[in-house]
Amino acid sequence: MKLGFLVDLNLCMGCKGCEIACKVENEVPLSSWRLRVKYLDVGTFPTTTRNFTPLRCNHCENAPCERICPVSALHYLDNGIVNIDNERCIGCAGCMMACPYGAIYMDPETNTADKCTYCAHRVEGGMMPACVTACPVEANIFGDLDDPKSHISDYIAHHQNNGGVQVRKPEKGTEPKHFYVGGGNQTLNPLAHQRIEGYSLFNNITHLKHVGEPNHGIIDRFMAPFTSHDEEGGH
Amino acid sequence: MVEHSVAATQAVVTLDVALPGIIWGWIITVNMWAKSIGTGVVLVGAYLLYRHKKEDMPSLRWIVPTVSFVALNIFLLFTLIDLHQPYRMINIFLHPHWTSAITVGAWMASLFTGLITVMMLIGVMDAFPDFRRHCAIGKVARANSSLYEKVFPFVVFLAIPVTLYTAIIMAESSARELWQAPTEMMQMMLAAFMAGASALIFFSDSWSASIRRDLAFVLAISVAASFGMYMGEYFFSFKAAEAEATLEFVHSGGEYFGQFWTAMTIGYILPFLLSISVIKKENTTILKVAAIAALIGLYMAKDVWLKIPQLLPLS
Repeated sequence: MKLGFLVDLNLCMGCKGCEIACKVENEVPLSSWRLRVKYLDVGTFPTTTRNFTPLRCNHCENAPCERICPVSALHYLDNGIVNIDNERCIGCAGCMMACPYGAIYMDPETNTADKCTYCAHRVEGGMMPACVTACPVEANIFGDLDDPKSHISDYIAHHQNNGGVQVRKPEKGTEPKHFYVGGGNQTLNPLAHQRIEGYSLFNNITHLKHVGEPNHGIIDRFMAPFTSHDEEGGH
Repeated sequence: MVEHSVAATQAVVTLDVALPGIIWGWIITVNMWAKSIGTGVVLVGAYLLYRHKKEDMPSLRWIVPTVSFVALNIFLLFTLIDLHQPYRMINIFLHPHWTSAITVGAWMASLFTGLITVMMLIGVMDAFPDFRRHCAIGKVARANSSLYEKVFPFVVFLAIPVTLYTAIIMAESSARELWQAPTEMMQMMLAAFMAGASALIFFSDSWSASIRRDLAFVLAISVAASFGMYMGEYFFSFKAAEAEATLEFVHSGGEYFGQFWTAMTIGYILPFLLSISVIKKENTTILKVAAIAALIGLYMAKDVWLKIPQLLPLS
């Protein structure tokens, strides 16, 4: 079994239902994301288009994050999911430096690396990932790539002509198991669009000012095991 | 608003989350800088022993491991404090993952530091016979004085992979294309020779002029070669799209442009000229100025090269 994911960008309407479902299911803290939907405006008025691109971990078959992790906190499951054990993670951020898709974050509550696991806990119980369940237009397709009769295999077979099925940054050789239908260079390649910091049409396009917990200085890192969040007022 | 400032046909992000900024910052710069000194003094020390009689520089026997020990402990301390879970560092030894250069490097650096500690104890106890005369460690160190010469060749050999493994970590950081260049390995090696020669220059007053000339020679060659490689990457790059985009953070001016060229001037051009002048005409003060400049410039150059690839949005 090799689980994979496909997003049909022709269907996605940017409702962010998947993003919210992921946040709730996995209790993803503020300032962090496992799945996000990026809005991209392309064209000249009046022929402009707004494109929506859901972005999550690609669960690469040749995952650079798994290779660089010094303690095997990032590891493969038998079903192909790249899972993370944040009890073992030392917080070196090597995986954040290795992932070409920027899909890994430093959890500000645990100060360990975290990322999308394709909801491995739900999959183990026979359920679909939370984002798949939440999508109102069935743009998210999840299933076994090794099974030629699965919905995802069928979808890929029907769309793969003329480059209809794409992955992000194929030149990196990571062999992602996350596919897109209806994508283009502008939506999938971050170098092909501009990300201008400052207030945009909707929100402030910006950078995080911290990695992991804000105010988690060097001394705090060593004191953390001796101070609980409750004593600090909680989160 | 963006519609007034961006060419209309370009694609513009209009809604997105905040992306991480610089993840590996100045702590990792200090880490790399200190490791360059820690391994560099061993490599340059070995070169001096190859070129000169050890009787001409008796203090080298304790200075090399002592300087290396101090630098390596700074390196290890900064490795530890950069971890978001520093107490879990032990997991690298309890649950090692051998495809990771971080793991291999941590094991090698620990072994290297252990051997350097043994050499330092023997070197210092032999050099200062009255120091800790009745201490058990001192007695054991003096009784096993010959161990120093047996361990030294192995330590010199081990200094090479310990120097280079950071380049492998950077090569494994496949999200940062600028670091994927094979030149990174040579830059690490040259940085070690630069830092090692610079550190030993401060202790070279009692040594002969020919030894100081050799140190100036090593410094001049290493800064010249390293500068040449930086210029090659800066002006010609290796034409990979992400590397080109990364270098734009320097080419386009601003903070990193200033830091990069200050580093090149202070840390490479100036030490080269000063070292050449010392080779021609002995002057210990000028040589020390060259060493200080090289160490400052090395830190600044490493800092720029570490940070700019992290400014590029990955998704």
